[in-house]
Amino acid sequence: MDLSVSLGPLRLKNPLIAASGCFGYGVEYADLVDLSTLGAVAVKGLFLEPREGHPPPRIVETPSGMLNAIGLQGIGVRRFVAEMMPDLRRLGATVIVNICGSTRDEYVELARILSDVEGVAALELNISCPNIKEGGIQFGCSLTGTHGVVSAVRKATALPVIPKLTPNVTDVAAFARAAEEAGADAVSLVNTFLAMAIDVETRRPKLSNVMGGLSGPAIRPIAVRMVYECFQSTRLPIVGMGGIASAADALEFAIAGATAVQVGTANFVDPLIWTKLRAGIEDYLGRHGLTRWMDVVGTLDTAGR
Amino acid sequence: MDVEAVVRSNTRLSDDYNVVALDAPAVAERARPGQFVMIKPARGTDPLLRRPFSIFEVVTGSDGRPAGLTLLNKRVGVGTTLLYEVEPGRRVACLGPLGRPFTLVDPPAEAWMVAGGVGLAPFATLAAALRARGVRAALFYGGRRNADLFFTDRFARLGVDLTLATEDGSRGRRGLVTAPLAEALAARPAAPPLALYACGPTPMMREVARLAAAHGRRAEVSLEQVMGCGLGGCYSCVVRIRRGGGTPHFVRSCVEGPVFDAGDIVWEELAP
Ligand SMILES: Cc1cc2nc3c(=O)[nH]c(=O)nc-3n(C[C@H](O)[C@H](O)[C@H](O)COP(=O)(O)O)c2cc1C
Repeated sequence: MDLSVSLGPLRLKNPLIAASGCFGYGVEYADLVDLSTLGAVAVKGLFLEPREGHPPPRIVETPSGMLNAIGLQGIGVRRFVAEMMPDLRRLGATVIVNICGSTRDEYVELARILSDVEGVAALELNISCPNIKEGGIQFGCSLTGTHGVVSAVRKATALPVIPKLTPNVTDVAAFARAAEEAGADAVSLVNTFLAMAIDVETRRPKLSNVMGGLSGPAIRPIAVRMVYECFQSTRLPIVGMGGIASAADALEFAIAGATAVQVGTANFVDPLIWTKLRAGIEDYLGRHGLTRWMDVVGTLDTAGR
Repeated sequence: MDVEAVVRSNTRLSDDYNVVALDAPAVAERARPGQFVMIKPARGTDPLLRRPFSIFEVVTGSDGRPAGLTLLNKRVGVGTTLLYEVEPGRRVACLGPLGRPFTLVDPPAEAWMVAGGVGLAPFATLAAALRARGVRAALFYGGRRNADLFFTDRFARLGVDLTLATEDGSRGRRGLVTAPLAEALAARPAAPPLALYACGPTPMMREVARLAAAHGRRAEVSLEQVMGCGLGGCYSCVVRIRRGGGTPHFVRSCVEGPVFDAGDIVWEELAP
């Protein structure tokens, strides 16, 4: 079976990518998962400088999902390059670095630094984290902001550039088109949905940050719809995610138009999910007389609907 | 190590507490006192995430080798209620052993364990390990009422000195267990060295940390933060710590804990 995919110039051996913020810096999972068997690892969002993140409680469970407001705690790009990249290279991981900035210049600076680092395969521009005020989402919620960041990063790096879109907009496809015009190589979506949960006994928000991002199976139907909308209105390869927890879920995104998929929350529940996903996909291809994952991508049959 | 462990038995201790025994030799074999496992008590997406549980006991098989482990459970939410009700023969996903274990001392040092309620969980394996090394050990164990105190015989059989306290006075001293602990610490000569270990409600652990510092004793606490993954992937279970006068910073309880040096924790920030 041929599960390989291309996201513009980025070739992956399979379409299964660990979603940013849900897989640490990858190295945390090396004892359980052979990182070289994943299509790629999207590491936890990085700013130039280390960040503390929000106080706990940072997560809360909701029906078939969870809210998080981690606040992008992180070690900063320089420590990441010095302390994590050697291990990631040694482990044979294909590394997608998820970058966040408070300003356009910060994204550019991050892109410059990472362009020179051996083993970095692509940049995922996090312009969609709902949990921090300064930056990120302010670009992701404005078409000109999205265009501006993507084109600035595009000029600064030869690495594949994958803006990650927020679902907290009315017309996500317009943002995919803005990214395409600005020179992106692919888009990834969705980041989490801005949401909140309240303890009715105490009338207190369940998260310290009051609001957080909803992820997990609860969001899957909306995420599939958004991937489908983007697939219909851009030619960019799409990396789809949102609640994927089985091979059938991954295939649903593929049929809607996703070339590759990311798995976030489900990895918390089952860190060994990757082999099950791959086996399930190969089984599906076999049952349908297909040999390539790409034979499934974008094949939604809407005849008569 | 993630296994689909068969539930060997489910022993109800009271209306809220039970002990679940799991067949999980590969996990049990590696377990060290203070470590935990991530349990998914039921398939499906509600509840979605696993729950962390201290490894309560390591059960040995007829060949004397580790065959499984038990969990001391108190039902408080959806996940713990499912585990309270779990039927023998069912399978639950069990990932572990995880986290930083307790630091074991050697004689002549002595060890005092301080447990509040379900905070007893990490001490059965710790007591066994300490006694096997010949360490003199004591357990200060408090609960709301007599019906909330379990397994005292087992600790007594291991040769652990027991001091019990209940808030309603139905067994042992009336009040919080930290009161007899404070008296015992005050009455104790400086030698031999003494290590404190605590697990329970935050105010209890904080008081143990304060007493330990006041008496110049080393104390380790086992924290029970809400966890998403147990593996360091999600950064949800963080605790603010300050080491050696450095700047306070968040660390993940699942990989740098759940056992911490009591003196490193920024207690004012820990949720009650
Ligand atoms: C705890 C947590 C942390 C996350 N951190 C990041 C991050 O640093 N950068 C980012 O682009 N997305 C982050 N996300 C969003 C995920 O990458 C993903 O887009 C989202 O969770 C939907 O996928 P899922 O339902 O499979 O989790 C985070 C999600 C969670 C649950």
